[in-house]
Amino acid sequence: MIAVDVRQLRKTYRVFRKREGLWASIKGLFRREYQAVHAVAGVSFQIEQGEMVAFLGPNGAGKTTTLKLLSGLIYPTSGEATVLGYVPWKRDIAYRRRFALVMGQKNQLWWDLPAQESFRLHKEIYRIEPADFDRRLDELTGLLEVRKLVGQPVRELSLGERMRMELIAALLHRPDVLLLDEPTIGLDVVSQRKVQDFLKFYQAEQRLTVLLTSHYMKDVQALCQRAIIINEGEIKHDGSLAQVVDRFSKFKVIELQFSGETRPAGLERFGEVFDDNFPRAKLRVPRNQVPEILSALLTAYSLEDVGVHDRPIEEAIAEMFTSTRTISSETVTVAT
Amino acid sequence: MLATLSANWFILKTCVSERLTYRADFAFATLVRFLPIVTQVFLWGAVYAGDTSRSLNGYTYRNMVAYALLVMVGRAFSSMPGLAAGMARDVRDGTIKKYLTQPVDMLAYLFWARVAHKLVYYVVATGPFVLVFYLCRGFFDQAPDVATIGAFVYALLLAFLIGFLTESLIGMISFWFLEISSLVFIFMMLNYFLSGHMVPLDWLLGLFSGNERLQELVRQGMALLPFQYMAYFPAAIMLGKLQGSDLARHLVVGSAWVLLLLAANRIAFARGLRRYSAFGG
Repeated sequence: MIAVDVRQLRKTYRVFRKREGLWASIKGLFRREYQAVHAVAGVSFQIEQGEMVAFLGPNGAGKTTTLKLLSGLIYPTSGEATVLGYVPWKRDIAYRRRFALVMGQKNQLWWDLPAQESFRLHKEIYRIEPADFDRRLDELTGLLEVRKLVGQPVRELSLGERMRMELIAALLHRPDVLLLDEPTIGLDVVSQRKVQDFLKFYQAEQRLTVLLTSHYMKDVQALCQRAIIINEGEIKHDGSLAQVVDRFSKFKVIELQFSGETRPAGLERFGEVFDDNFPRAKLRVPRNQVPEILSALLTAYSLEDVGVHDRPIEEAIAEMFTSTRTISSETVTVAT
Repeated sequence: MLATLSANWFILKTCVSERLTYRADFAFATLVRFLPIVTQVFLWGAVYAGDTSRSLNGYTYRNMVAYALLVMVGRAFSSMPGLAAGMARDVRDGTIKKYLTQPVDMLAYLFWARVAHKLVYYVVATGPFVLVFYLCRGFFDQAPDVATIGAFVYALLLAFLIGFLTESLIGMISFWFLEISSLVFIFMMLNYFLSGHMVPLDWLLGLFSGNERLQELVRQGMALLPFQYMAYFPAAIMLGKLQGSDLARHLVVGSAWVLLLLAANRIAFARGLRRYSAFGG
């Protein structure tokens, strides 16, 4: 059964174009230039119920705008979408009871109150039966390991603890669809891992339909089989995540920290040096040659530290879609 | 219906809990608001130059201090500090999303949050209010009758509703213009004069005493606006300035303003959402 059905969805913003300088600012008081920004340019996709899909793309690609459209926060310029059979921007109360939106950079909990007060308010707002509420709260706080923290004011929690509380608030009413916008942004490794493990377990257990945006490859790899890649408001890839990972992971990054006083020469012969800031340096090397190159580097140089990383997914995607971001060719001048 | 009431009750309780978080700051801010009344007593004492029998635009010195005290009560109901600016901030930085994605009515949510704000204020301020009115009891002629008190209580309810609905309407302008601080300032200035907060509205009419036609025009204009219900109207009831059919007409017009502003809020919210761009992540 299809949970999310999006057809030719478009969202175009008309934004004020501010030119540089004082004179331009004064002129802007009388005559303003606007430009059309096609944040989402005719995307179409479907998500089956119980599927967890990664929604990837560089900053400004249209990921968050799509999530805002699907959560009914904004109206589209054109196109159609249904989530669980509801048109999101009609904002039916029945729809709002069946989905949740979690944005990594936004709080919905009461800052000065313990999280449990926000949870109790959610219980009333979403009309959750007391027994269900107690059971779910106990289950979620246990899974996310925050049982002892629910009585502590939210402002006193760490970022990772707050995000886990946000997830609890979003899931207490047992939504059928969960829209996650960068849920692990800014979290330390331990918190990232806890959120990932929880989402993986909970999604499978509840057969929750999840659309996830994240810049962390590890989130995406740990959680999703399928990825939709969006750039310049258009879908560039919709399919298996394995294909995407293979495509994006042709290279790895080796990060070095030298122990000597001067930068050793000849680093370029091991790979592409893209960050040279002595005593640190970063090399882009072919994925299948990492062991040999690493061994050669350790032999050739005196190193204090060394690390091998996947390239940031955003960087890889940006490289994959090198076409220039065209804001719009339609620049209109409107006198105000 | 019961579930909605229960949710609103919880919103109220949660907001009260939140208001009580910073107890010392809140109590201090509440008590400091009583200081202006001391200034008013001295100011009007200077204006009337100690002549208690002198009447200016229909108000003696005693009437004027009583008016200032009663306006203070009216303003305690109609003032909505931070409501419009808070809505603009929510729109600008995207925190409004919690009202739009949860099954709540944003206007009702803000309303009950404001009721909570006021309730906590009244609890803290009741003692000082009683003390101030006791100390200033000499400025009042006689105890009002039950009907006057009833009309006064209704007028305070109107003051709260009109205060809330006008300020929330201004807050919704932020769907069109992200920065509304100047608009809020203009509204506050207009409100200060036209609500009778600064001086009684009869005094403002005194400015046009040379031209009776203009005076009547201004009087009718002010009577049609909602501002007077936020300060002048409750005070005028208690001072006996409005009685009988005149009072009844004002009560009807004030109630009509509540309905009109409620409708305007609903329309502005629905249209504003279509404009909303959900900036701020």
